[in-house]
Amino acid sequence: MTDLDTFRAEIRAWLEANCPAEMRKPVQDEDDVCWGGRNFVFKSAAQKQWLDVCVAKGYTVPDWPQAYGGAGMNPAQAKIWREELARIGGRPPLSSFGIWMLGPALLKFGTEDQKVHYLGQIARGEIRWCQGYSEPGSGSDLVSLQTFGEDRGDHWVVNGQKIWTSYANKADWIFCLVRTDKANKYQGISFLLFDMTTPGVSTRPIKLISGNSPFCETFFDNVVVPKAQIVGELNRGWDVAKYLLGHEREMISGAGGGERLNAIGAVVNRQGGIDNPVLRADLALFDIDALAFAAMGEKFLDEAKVGKAHPAQPNMMKYSGTELNKRRHELLMAAGGSTALEWDSAETRGGAPSRGWLRTKANSIEGGTSEVMLNVVAKRILDLPGA
Amino acid sequence: MPLYHTEDQAMLAETVTGFIADEGAIKAQLRRLRDADDAAGYDPKLWKQFAEMGLTGICVAETDGGLGLGHVEAGIVLREVGRNLTPSPFLSTAVIGATALAHASDDLKGRYLPGIVAGDSVLALALDEGAKHRPERIAVKAERAGNGFRLTGRKDFVVYGATADALIVAARTSGSDRDADGVTLFAVPRDAAGIGHNAVRLVDSSIASHVTFDGVEIDGGTVIGEVDGGRALLNTVLNAGRIGAAAELTGVGSGAFAITTAYLKVRKQFGKLIGEFQALQHRAAHLYAELEIADAAVIKAQQLLDGGSAQADLMVSVAKAKATMATNLAVREGVQMHGGVGMTDEYDIGLYMKRDRALAEFLGDASYHADRVATLSGY
Repeated sequence: MTDLDTFRAEIRAWLEANCPAEMRKPVQDEDDVCWGGRNFVFKSAAQKQWLDVCVAKGYTVPDWPQAYGGAGMNPAQAKIWREELARIGGRPPLSSFGIWMLGPALLKFGTEDQKVHYLGQIARGEIRWCQGYSEPGSGSDLVSLQTFGEDRGDHWVVNGQKIWTSYANKADWIFCLVRTDKANKYQGISFLLFDMTTPGVSTRPIKLISGNSPFCETFFDNVVVPKAQIVGELNRGWDVAKYLLGHEREMISGAGGGERLNAIGAVVNRQGGIDNPVLRADLALFDIDALAFAAMGEKFLDEAKVGKAHPAQPNMMKYSGTELNKRRHELLMAAGGSTALEWDSAETRGGAPSRGWLRTKANSIEGGTSEVMLNVVAKRILDLPGA
Repeated sequence: MPLYHTEDQAMLAETVTGFIADEGAIKAQLRRLRDADDAAGYDPKLWKQFAEMGLTGICVAETDGGLGLGHVEAGIVLREVGRNLTPSPFLSTAVIGATALAHASDDLKGRYLPGIVAGDSVLALALDEGAKHRPERIAVKAERAGNGFRLTGRKDFVVYGATADALIVAARTSGSDRDADGVTLFAVPRDAAGIGHNAVRLVDSSIASHVTFDGVEIDGGTVIGEVDGGRALLNTVLNAGRIGAAAELTGVGSGAFAITTAYLKVRKQFGKLIGEFQALQHRAAHLYAELEIADAAVIKAQQLLDGGSAQADLMVSVAKAKATMATNLAVREGVQMHGGVGMTDEYDIGLYMKRDRALAEFLGDASYHADRVATLSGY
């Protein structure tokens, strides 16, 4: 056996012994996802137990260094971890913007103290983070953002408004883009971290077409942020932001795994049968694209881990993954017929098909629209003129 | 295993890329052979060079004088063959033929493998009957005759059939047309009496035969694998051929895409480079994504095949369908973005479109493989 075979056997045995049966069932709704944080209410004892055993081993962030709460796995080992977890249908022990977005940015731009402090909290699921990027007047043109941090010596006083802040009303801390120099567009933004309980911070959920409110408006009224809570250099927050956006786009693309990569024809067939040859063809063509994109996700992660992926490749992944997911839910609605239209029935678990379908419409907007993604690919990968 | 080339594979790719770009270039091979109305459809000298590089033996076991490598390595060669539109019997011989012969008797191996490895022999697959790929139905008959068989019927789309030293023929030895069982593979020598070739030039300038078997007598030693039990072997051979065709298609797509994006950077209209127009940028970026995804599907299927995975059948069909659709988009968009000059024979983009069409059809088009994906997925 190679070292990796031995490693795989160890992971498999550990998962068999430690992953509770309940945590091997598919995620049905939002409650099944463990987000962690100060105010998180575990849905079950199994959910908490699964988090605890994983935290103890560093398995919530398997490829982070052990010093920052990870398991220190190399890319090949981390892939085995993902494969073995997927093999038993195991849920991720912890899901968070800290893991997917802030963590990678801190690993690259954070000070040693910041890494030990914040990454450890993220790995242990102690702090739930939200992202303060978009503003009412700054969507695709994010760099025009106006939220301002006034320099007061040892701290900034932040005023302004963010929008589309995912789960801001449930988050403990925010990583936030704040203008610290009004004269410089790109080099006048800083990347600040602060506690959502700081006086002057307030949130208001936004009701979406799905009927749910995963996004908020977030307001800052004379919010005091100590100078130590900046990531990277003053006025160079755009570099951090762009780096983090790459990880956000990677996350939204679904490349890391989960239901977004699955074929659906067999599922639809089990649920209600497929008696229409045109629907069967649509499902087959979708499954081809889904399975091909699953391979793309695997290839992208493999390449990214060893620096072989084009730095702008997450934009391509985000574009393709989100367009695919929208198509998935259009097909699921079509296959589901009138049952899928039900808005709050018990049979549909509170309208999960229709609400899920509506939720996907945001996929190709949040984190950069499909059109912006195509612009970036045209410019940075294809090197087309004037792009 | 990570979904990118190992160091050895990357080294092979580097060597092969330079070699085929130099020796297999469109002007040096495809256009030259086509304009000379060459009857063979490939250049035997180039085939010999492939052998000197060791490429013809990629899928031949080391014990049989080959390199004993796999579908990833064969795909590296095919991608460059595709990118340069190089007319080459590599797929039919070094991939499909060698895969079939790997399951043959020592006698058959001894008869053909040395010629393949040396670049002296070409093999062809005689499978399709009719204009569409439908291997589930095999009607060409191989009846017992003495201690051998007598072949009767017709095969179509036999690429390089007329010049091949042997045809790999899938024939029915028992049962009726649609039965899964009762299929046998044969290596039929070119000089067997009663074989008729109607060699036709296809849209992409390749040559394929309609082959008739008029009571062709062959001895029992020509059987590859088991009599009546050839379906599984045929599937193995088809997997090899299909993923090979998919790899070649990704090369065709990337070649078409490269010349198209280059054209967007030089052609001016309205006082601007046309690549500055967002309408074209977005379509080019979308195309890039589709080609990348097709590449990923292809290497995934190659690795699954090389690893003997049970998932390989499904992923091969996914890869062939995805490569077919992505490359088809690449050539259609390429021709459109070239505007009027895309209609001319002088520009290469039209050649890419023609090759795509022929490869798309070879061993099952996108709708064939979509149907197969559904069937393999249980719906």
